[in-house]
Amino acid sequence: MAYKDEQLHEEKVFKDPVHRYVHVRDRVIWDLIATPEFQRLRRIKQLGTTYLTFHGAEHSRFNHSLGVYEIVRRIIFNFKDRKHWNEQDRLLCLCAALLHDLGHGPFSHSFEKVFKLDHEHYTQQIIVGDTKVNHVLEKVYPGFANEVADVIAKTHSNKLVVSLISSQIDADRMDYLQRDSYFTGVSYGHFDMERILRVMRPTEDQVVIKSTGMHAVEDYIMSRYQMYWQVYFHPVTRSSEVILTKIFHRVKHLYDKGYIFKLEPTHFISFFKNEENLQDYLKLDEAIVYYYFQMWQEETDEVLQDLCERFINRRLFKYVEFDPNKMMNVWLELIQLFKNIRIDPDYYLVVDSSSDLPYDFYRPGEEGERLPIHLLMPNQELRELSRESDVVEAISGKKRTDHKLYFPLDMLKENKDKETVEKIMAILQIQGDV
Amino acid sequence: MLMNHSKVMQFFSVVGEVTGRKKLQKMIYILQSCGVPFEEKYQFHFYGPYSEELSLRIEELCNLGFIEEEKEDKSNYIQYHYQITEHGVDFLEHFQSDMPDFSEQANLLLAESSRFLELVATMLFFKDLPREVVEKKVHHVKPKQNYSPVEMAKAWELIDTLVQ
Repeated sequence: MAYKDEQLHEEKVFKDPVHRYVHVRDRVIWDLIATPEFQRLRRIKQLGTTYLTFHGAEHSRFNHSLGVYEIVRRIIFNFKDRKHWNEQDRLLCLCAALLHDLGHGPFSHSFEKVFKLDHEHYTQQIIVGDTKVNHVLEKVYPGFANEVADVIAKTHSNKLVVSLISSQIDADRMDYLQRDSYFTGVSYGHFDMERILRVMRPTEDQVVIKSTGMHAVEDYIMSRYQMYWQVYFHPVTRSSEVILTKIFHRVKHLYDKGYIFKLEPTHFISFFKNEENLQDYLKLDEAIVYYYFQMWQEETDEVLQDLCERFINRRLFKYVEFDPNKMMNVWLELIQLFKNIRIDPDYYLVVDSSSDLPYDFYRPGEEGERLPIHLLMPNQELRELSRESDVVEAISGKKRTDHKLYFPLDMLKENKDKETVEKIMAILQIQGDV
Repeated sequence: MLMNHSKVMQFFSVVGEVTGRKKLQKMIYILQSCGVPFEEKYQFHFYGPYSEELSLRIEELCNLGFIEEEKEDKSNYIQYHYQITEHGVDFLEHFQSDMPDFSEQANLLLAESSRFLELVATMLFFKDLPREVVEKKVHHVKPKQNYSPVEMAKAWELIDTLVQ
């Protein structure tokens, strides 16, 4: 029997708190899960620093990847014998679903920002490079790894397959909304996924939703909206992300300046020099990063020491709402005041905006911008969701942006130059605690 | 403060008005591919390279009153027009980020249709591949657009001009 058709003689199941069971029967999927590159995802948290706000959010990219695979498996099961669905694409979809996040690194959002990296690039590299994952995929047939990489990069010619893995209502989002909701313990993020799966219909170039399922999709859009504001965009999580980003900035700055570290940051050196390769990248995980953060608390550089101590012990920055219109004229003065009391504004005065986040809302968009969710009407016409749903239209029109200014209030309060601190507090309009 | 916003504002101060979100997305992507240091992260989408980060940044700039967005209902979709406001000009005076002069390239792009810019942006997305492979890839990922050899040749010409 060809490797691509090989089935395990007994179905394997993973217990899962969101989908109850994740079912594996294909040998290829089983072998991919066993590769070191996939196992590495156990050591990367799905929500990065969110656990500092919602203590339950310790789930990993491994859990999520299995979840996305399971959802795609169920969608495909429902598609069987439907027009436009080709059963030959089944394994391609399952592999792409399982591997779609393979290139995520530790605290990837902050890490990528500082070192100008892209986890999607690494996902591609792991799949087409000399890795165990690639060896498994190429056993299916030569060129299969490239096809999987193309589906994940959305450059595959089969748009239907691409839209299952990545669109505005895809398996990725359906899994992370439910999983993040479960692990953070919040009560939003729930929707009737079984109903959505039942009303999904394959078309030539995308998955659409049978119009009778509109209310289930409204619920999904609402969950996405609530999770955005209540979990992903939580101001305390953003504070920890700010500190994390500044740690990476500081350590890179010190290395570039020739600072002698007590503990050589071996795992990061190729990233500091912009000479990193796939092997360096795969060696990194969150355990390694925490180890360095612990050790950097012993460094003589006060900024690095302080930022690491803050992160490890959750001594986060405070924040105020930030209106660039009002602050435009006093911004330079504020920076100077921070410098006057020897608090470096490059590390301790940070504006964070909604556009800095890797999460998004539903966007109906204009023609040709990004593919919206389409409803399949009884007359077989396709209609964009917000044109039919008042609920979705209402959410789509809401103001969805926000800016906050982060700073260490404790440092300001401890500073001896009370006069300058008072001026700063007045500019920031701080009365008492923030 | 808001340095990435300032870079996008400089784009509007150079081009004046832009019609269409797709055109805006592709123009920034093409300029970025030609070395103009816009920081927005792009991914390939149904219509070519697209940045959610840019969409959100534009939304932020509109909400701050630095950019004006006008909607035009085109029966089955909405078209958007963007231009810088006086407030936006004021912001730029306070927070000018360090950008090279890209006005010539930007104005070249402004004169083109969004369909053509979609082609150029898609070709640039595959820029590490040999040219004949890029053309095959474009037909592969955009069979419905049915780009002609003349359009392809014109796109290469524009790319060569832009990267000079």
